[in-house]
Amino acid sequence: MSDASFTPARRRPEIRFSPYEPRGFWRALEGVGAVILATLWVLPLLFAFWAAFHGAEYTTRLELGAPLTLENFRRAWDAAPFARYFLNTTVLVTLIFACQVVLGTLAAYAFARFDFPGRGTAFALVLVQLMIMPDVLIVENYRTMSRLGLVDTIPGIALPYIASAFGIFLLRQTFKTIPKELDDAARVEGASALQILLKIYVPLAKPIYIAYGLVSVSYHWNNFLWPLIVTNSVEARPLTVGLQVFAGGDQGVDWAVICAATLMTSAPLLVGFLLFQRQFVQSFMRAGIR
Amino acid sequence: MDRRHFLTGSAAAAASLARPALAQGTATEISFFYPVAVGGAITRVIDGYAADFSRERPDIKVTPVYAGTYQETLVKVLTAHKSGTPPTLSVLLSTDMFTLIDEEAIVPLNGFVRTDADKAWLDDFYTGFMLNSQSGGQTWGIPFQRSTIVLYWNKDLFRQAGLDPEKAPASWAEHVAFAEKLTRRDAAGNVSQWGTQIPSTGFGYWMLQALAIEAGDVLANQEGDRTFFDKPGVTEALQYWVDLAQKHKVHAPGIVEWGTTPRDFLEGKTAMMWTTTGNLTNIRTNARFGFGVAMLPANKRRGSPTGGGNFHIARKASPTQQEAAFRFARWMTQPERAARWSIDTGYVGVSRAAYATQTMKDHVAGFPAAAVARDQLEFAVAELSTHENQRVTKALGDNIQAALTGSKAPDRALRDAQAEAERILRPYR
Amino acid sequence: MNSRLSAAVHGWLLLMPAMLLLVAFTHWPAVASFIESFSSTPRPRRPSRFVGVANYEQMLADPVFWQSLANNLWFALGTIPLAIGLALLMAIWVNDRIPGRTFARMAYFTPTILPMIAVANIWLFFYTPQYGLLEQVASGLGFASHNWLGSRETALAAVALVAVWKESGFFMIFYLAALQGISPTLAEAAALEGASRWTFFRRVQFPLLMPTTLFVLINAVINAFRTVDHIIVMTRGGPDNATSLLLFYIYQVGFNFWDTSYAAALTVVLLAMLAIAALVQYGWLERKVHYR
Repeated sequence: MSDASFTPARRRPEIRFSPYEPRGFWRALEGVGAVILATLWVLPLLFAFWAAFHGAEYTTRLELGAPLTLENFRRAWDAAPFARYFLNTTVLVTLIFACQVVLGTLAAYAFARFDFPGRGTAFALVLVQLMIMPDVLIVENYRTMSRLGLVDTIPGIALPYIASAFGIFLLRQTFKTIPKELDDAARVEGASALQILLKIYVPLAKPIYIAYGLVSVSYHWNNFLWPLIVTNSVEARPLTVGLQVFAGGDQGVDWAVICAATLMTSAPLLVGFLLFQRQFVQSFMRAGIR
Repeated sequence: MDRRHFLTGSAAAAASLARPALAQGTATEISFFYPVAVGGAITRVIDGYAADFSRERPDIKVTPVYAGTYQETLVKVLTAHKSGTPPTLSVLLSTDMFTLIDEEAIVPLNGFVRTDADKAWLDDFYTGFMLNSQSGGQTWGIPFQRSTIVLYWNKDLFRQAGLDPEKAPASWAEHVAFAEKLTRRDAAGNVSQWGTQIPSTGFGYWMLQALAIEAGDVLANQEGDRTFFDKPGVTEALQYWVDLAQKHKVHAPGIVEWGTTPRDFLEGKTAMMWTTTGNLTNIRTNARFGFGVAMLPANKRRGSPTGGGNFHIARKASPTQQEAAFRFARWMTQPERAARWSIDTGYVGVSRAAYATQTMKDHVAGFPAAAVARDQLEFAVAELSTHENQRVTKALGDNIQAALTGSKAPDRALRDAQAEAERILRPYR
Repeated sequence: MNSRLSAAVHGWLLLMPAMLLLVAFTHWPAVASFIESFSSTPRPRRPSRFVGVANYEQMLADPVFWQSLANNLWFALGTIPLAIGLALLMAIWVNDRIPGRTFARMAYFTPTILPMIAVANIWLFFYTPQYGLLEQVASGLGFASHNWLGSRETALAAVALVAVWKESGFFMIFYLAALQGISPTLAEAAALEGASRWTFFRRVQFPLLMPTTLFVLINAVINAFRTVDHIIVMTRGGPDNATSLLLFYIYQVGFNFWDTSYAAALTVVLLAMLAIAALVQYGWLERKVHYR
């Protein structure tokens, strides 16, 4: 790189630019490439927006002057109990995350700060779930749920997921970075293990909890196969299953209404993401760093 | 917001929690799974029926649950059956009767038919529909949303192609000849409009059966333990279907979606389509062109299989619940209601009495297409229905798709399907 | 001594709830599938009995199983490198200060947070022959019409593309985090040495990204065997099983045919595939990866 003398870093020393940052023509080219790919990436979504906000006759005719309408949303809302589905999904993701936090925190604390026989084996057993997730064990888990009488209930959907290897691992890594001196100091003052966990570890790991929450909620908001299998009725069906039951009719599809329903079910996450984009991205980054 | 559904849902949940201490104590609760998706607010219509029924019979409370496609509804009902609490009443494909009997999921209905009025009601169903509803001298299903396959054609496109817009193809040869005129290509050979369309996902076996009947063969015996997929008529049928795309080039190549076929027709992307009469009202509401409905074109004979769903009553329900479910099913198939359901959806009114009602007479007078599927019953044959029906139809459906995508020759595909069906059905003989 | 005992008791007490549930819903079902796979499916008049390896013999003779297995391997081979490659490219692009960076980052990441079941519906429409968007664009450019999901040649690729679209943005995030964690002094030093951008990427950035690549790879492999939502919506395994993946076939056998023992045997095969993937990745690749 011979044109290093033109680096703007000289004029603005507070920002360190990598010498490998593209400049001039290359920068423009890279920008164009990135924007083209980005456009391709949002195209299906834009298409769904188009179909959802126009009458069925414009679904396949992209005329700019076509009148906008909310009719498709109204029809979708009327045709299936989406309000109930929203409620179910909200209850479901809340229940799962609340349980995950409690169980995960306790287990992670044990792994991070207690020396007990069998710890290595137990940790290995936890890690197994990173590879073999409950999603692939549908047949046996269904059998278990039916024995427990939990088929077609929200706890039945949640139960296989509330002990999450991912959560335990993530929190253990975080707890391990907390200096042991804090721990010891509290112990000297007579705090119990549980108090130490609640007063010191949990508050210090708050950003990780937020990150974990976003990952967990978006995963379970979107989860489909297991809820499809284990629910029968409107009272337990989450949004994803409700959407599939709604869209997968034998009588022929109406794209405009399906797109409206699709956007409706994704709306909370989509709006949340657009509003808190930075936090979302950072959370996912945090949750992934090991 | 669909407040009613929401409320009935939570009310049912509350009621089921409070059941032991329920003050009135007498209302029999039955759950009812059904798969209709005729577009629009059909769940409302069914909820309305359930509410009307409960008004007439306050001692029975029906909770309807929309469960998706037929396939999904069957999955739900049977998995629920296996875990011990199936819905008391369900609408399932009549062809799954043997599967349901084998799994001991449903009860025969003869015991519920006691009065002369009951008997008269049962005898009034069209015989064509009862073929898939009876086995071993027992009746297992009550016809509800039953259909035959019909041909829909776009009169505007017929006119543009120089064909008589009032005349549908009557024979296989005519069907091809019309379709050739109706297929439009640009200079580069790209097709903007196909002559005809026979969907091949989901119900491909049903479509093949229509062609096979017309070619003079049936696909299975009445006992549901033997199939005849390798008979010459069946091969001829599949060959004809494959040729539409590969030889005559009047049909889109590859697999055509069942679900998008009506939309293709409405968009004018195909001038003719073969599909269930259950789509009639959807097409009538949404078509922006004149369209006609005809019986399927004939080869050696005319013909279509019957299709659609029956009411079934769960074995794992209390006798009171079963009786209540039977009463509801009987109420739902009263002539006036069957006529209304037929008009709302396009399905065939299931009994002769339904067509004798004034409502139906008026409807048919103003819209003759509504009677085509019923008239075709004269030529209809029982639908393919075997033990382990899901597996057998999958074997056939897969091989039909293999032939249509050109990976197997039709005769080889059907031989493979037959061999697989033999393997599955041997233990049932 | 006393404190060690109390640590052991406390440790296990804290661990117990999570461990019980993990065993109940992950370890036990895996073992139960294995046991179950040696018996016959109970039917009303034919109770379950020990049948030895009959289910596995049936599997060897089952063309749909072999097709699903092959499909799944092709699906994995197609989606994993493509998704990871695109993710890396995306991360490098949005890590640079290029115009449109915020929009690009948002666009890449959006598919990640949408339900697969919902986007599969949109893609189904996208692929629809004759009037789907893809067809409209293709015919606008003068290409011949194609039935993407309806022909054996393209159906698997078409559903694989949806998976790539859905996953790339997710993986991008991890690369982005890793790229931002690389010390800027390394780039300055390399520049002083006169290394080209490609050399810098190949010799410095890429090796430093190896742990991330491994992590992403594991996720991608799991997803390739775990995600079948789009199959259920878009093709139901068709045409003629061209898009049937293992887990989809398990679902079909287990819940459409109610042949639970055969489904258990298929599950064992799926678990074996995941175990092999784990061993290869943790055992063999781990040694080749630089860790801090």
